[in-house]
Amino acid sequence: MLGSFAVLRKQSLLGDAISHAALPGIAIAFLITGAKDTNTLLLGALVSGLIGTFWIRSIVTKTHLKSDTALGLILSVFFGFGMLLLTFIQKQPNANQAGLDKYLFGQAATLVESDVWMMAIVTGICLIVMLTFWKEFKILLFDADYTKTLGFNTKTIDILITSFIVLAIVLGLQTVGVVLMSAMLLAPAAAARQWTNSLSKMVLLAAIFGAFSGVFGTAVSASQNNLSTGPVIVIVAGIFVLFSFVFSPKRGLLFKQIRFVKNRRDLELHKTLAFMYHIAETHDNISHPHTIKILNNFQGYTKGTLQKLVDRGFVELDGNMWHLTEEGFKTASNLYNQQNASDE
Amino acid sequence: MNNAQLEIQLIASLVAIACAIPGTFLVLRKMAMISDAISHSILPGIVIGFFISHDLNSPLLILFAALTGIITVVIVEYIQKTGLVKEDTAIGLVFPILFSIGVILIAKNANDVHIDTDAVLLGELAFAPFDRLIVGGTDIGPKSLWIIGTILLVTVTLLITFFKELKLSTFDKGLAASLGFSPAIIHYGLMSVSSVTTVGAFDAVGAILVVALMIAPAAAAYLLTTDLKKMLALAIGFGVLSAVLGYWVAHLLDASIAGSITTVLGLVFLMVYLFAPSKGIIAVMYREKQQRTEVSLLTFLLHLKNHDDLSERHVKHLNEHINWQKVRSKTVLDLAQKNNMIVIKDNIVSLTEKGDAFTSKAIDYIITNEDAQIEDMKDDFFLFRG
Repeated sequence: MLGSFAVLRKQSLLGDAISHAALPGIAIAFLITGAKDTNTLLLGALVSGLIGTFWIRSIVTKTHLKSDTALGLILSVFFGFGMLLLTFIQKQPNANQAGLDKYLFGQAATLVESDVWMMAIVTGICLIVMLTFWKEFKILLFDADYTKTLGFNTKTIDILITSFIVLAIVLGLQTVGVVLMSAMLLAPAAAARQWTNSLSKMVLLAAIFGAFSGVFGTAVSASQNNLSTGPVIVIVAGIFVLFSFVFSPKRGLLFKQIRFVKNRRDLELHKTLAFMYHIAETHDNISHPHTIKILNNFQGYTKGTLQKLVDRGFVELDGNMWHLTEEGFKTASNLYNQQNASDE
Repeated sequence: MNNAQLEIQLIASLVAIACAIPGTFLVLRKMAMISDAISHSILPGIVIGFFISHDLNSPLLILFAALTGIITVVIVEYIQKTGLVKEDTAIGLVFPILFSIGVILIAKNANDVHIDTDAVLLGELAFAPFDRLIVGGTDIGPKSLWIIGTILLVTVTLLITFFKELKLSTFDKGLAASLGFSPAIIHYGLMSVSSVTTVGAFDAVGAILVVALMIAPAAAAYLLTTDLKKMLALAIGFGVLSAVLGYWVAHLLDASIAGSITTVLGLVFLMVYLFAPSKGIIAVMYREKQQRTEVSLLTFLLHLKNHDDLSERHVKHLNEHINWQKVRSKTVLDLAQKNNMIVIKDNIVSLTEKGDAFTSKAIDYIITNEDAQIEDMKDDFFLFRG
């Protein structure tokens, strides 16, 4: 759901960066408490995720480094630091340390009931906040300057959205792991984007796609041996995206291609018609017959286009001869005028 | 320092150099995240290479990995070209999916083999010296040293040969294309080099470190200089410095070498980010504050010019009317006085001749609002900064 906002805000890779940046938080939380309590670890992840995000922000706004550099930098540096801490922890004589690296790849199967409840609660809070601030989110998303002139505090709204994205990511980490979290955030939103232009529909669709790939992915992974859940979910989500890319009615590649081909055919048709018009023009009587042969070697001409012209009643065939009808002549001359008009 | 330690540092430094070169261009071309994508998506390539060769040391692995890296770039670009989603979304979609395929391939088919996702992502530099390359029965050094050395050599050769082309196409794509260099070839060339470097380096240092080594030194160098050659040199310097320092930190803490090198890189960047002379945070903040004072000064002078009433020009009035705090009004007053723009007599502020002339000029500039004049004005401002 929140992914929709990330996608539309061109912050897609933020998810990736945050999920990596959360690692040192987990490690530090563990170092401080010495226990493997899910909540404290998540809190640590949340804090370090937020620090990472705001550092990225400040790099982008204060220096001339671009956002991609900032993202990559924070991502790798935080992750490296997290690794350093993890290896450091592993050397510590603490029996609890095992399993911390589970957070790296995630394992939905290790979730216990309390985790699920926790997720449900957080999702609920996200939902409530989103509905409350729906108007503000939407307006900020599409026209930040306008929002500012209306007197909304853009910074607060911005921080609110970002915090919730971070929260969602940190929660998701347990399930699908660091690497795949970004796909979980992006894929449903990217797929949903193809089907609709309305934000509310997009968010709804993204939620449905996300839930579907979650359920489906888990089912597949449970049915097979040796398949970890995270990657399967991601691949299912990926298939959704691919499907959306190809088959969505307005933006999809398939329909785009069909439209493209159709346009080209239309153009060829027009070209043939225009050519015929020029020939017919030289004669007093527009229904003066000509042989089909003279149309050969002309780009737009095929038997198909000729047949189409006949079907539309622009041309009449008589054996090997053709001649323009009244209607065809009119259309063709209009065609020409229209082109001139649009040129001007 | 024993032999193994020296070798580790040598490998780390070579990797740092090999990464810094393509990294600089990636940062300049705003494609830094591509390196992250490549480093993740080479996993399926390695796995497939392994299935074909059944040998973890086969060069086929590197070949396939580099190939998947390039495929990633191509797919990302294709998705981007369709205009369905933005570039960053395309990157964010492609690499997790490829990575997932890799993980699943390992899980399904190669469970008993030693390809560990952890090892792929993190690498273990400490073991690098144990993997020796034996030629004709003699030990000629660690294998990864040779691999990364070769890659570095190729990279440097390419860099020197195509420096002009690279530079041109990075900064002015249009000009490069019109001069007859194909931006596409250079683009894919750069991508291939990045891909090969990532692959060559990853089994020594891990994917994350590769990303860090590519981006962090280049980003730090970018903050320090605007000269491409200097930037390259600085990036290499930062990389090597962090590699060596990072090794000793790891030695001290008994922790992961890759992790500590990354941490040192992060610290180096943080230092540069804070203290870089003209682009660091502190410098930027200082400049912003200065500009704010200057704007305040201008507002103040305009206010003086507009009002002749004594009550409007009383020192106290500043606090009430323009809503400035005491400190700020004092700074502005001091600055104005220092520049002989105003005189204060009996707590009444009046413009001097110089101040009057300056204010009229400023109004002129503001009204006409032409770029060239703004530039002039900056010079004027600069005059009374001191």
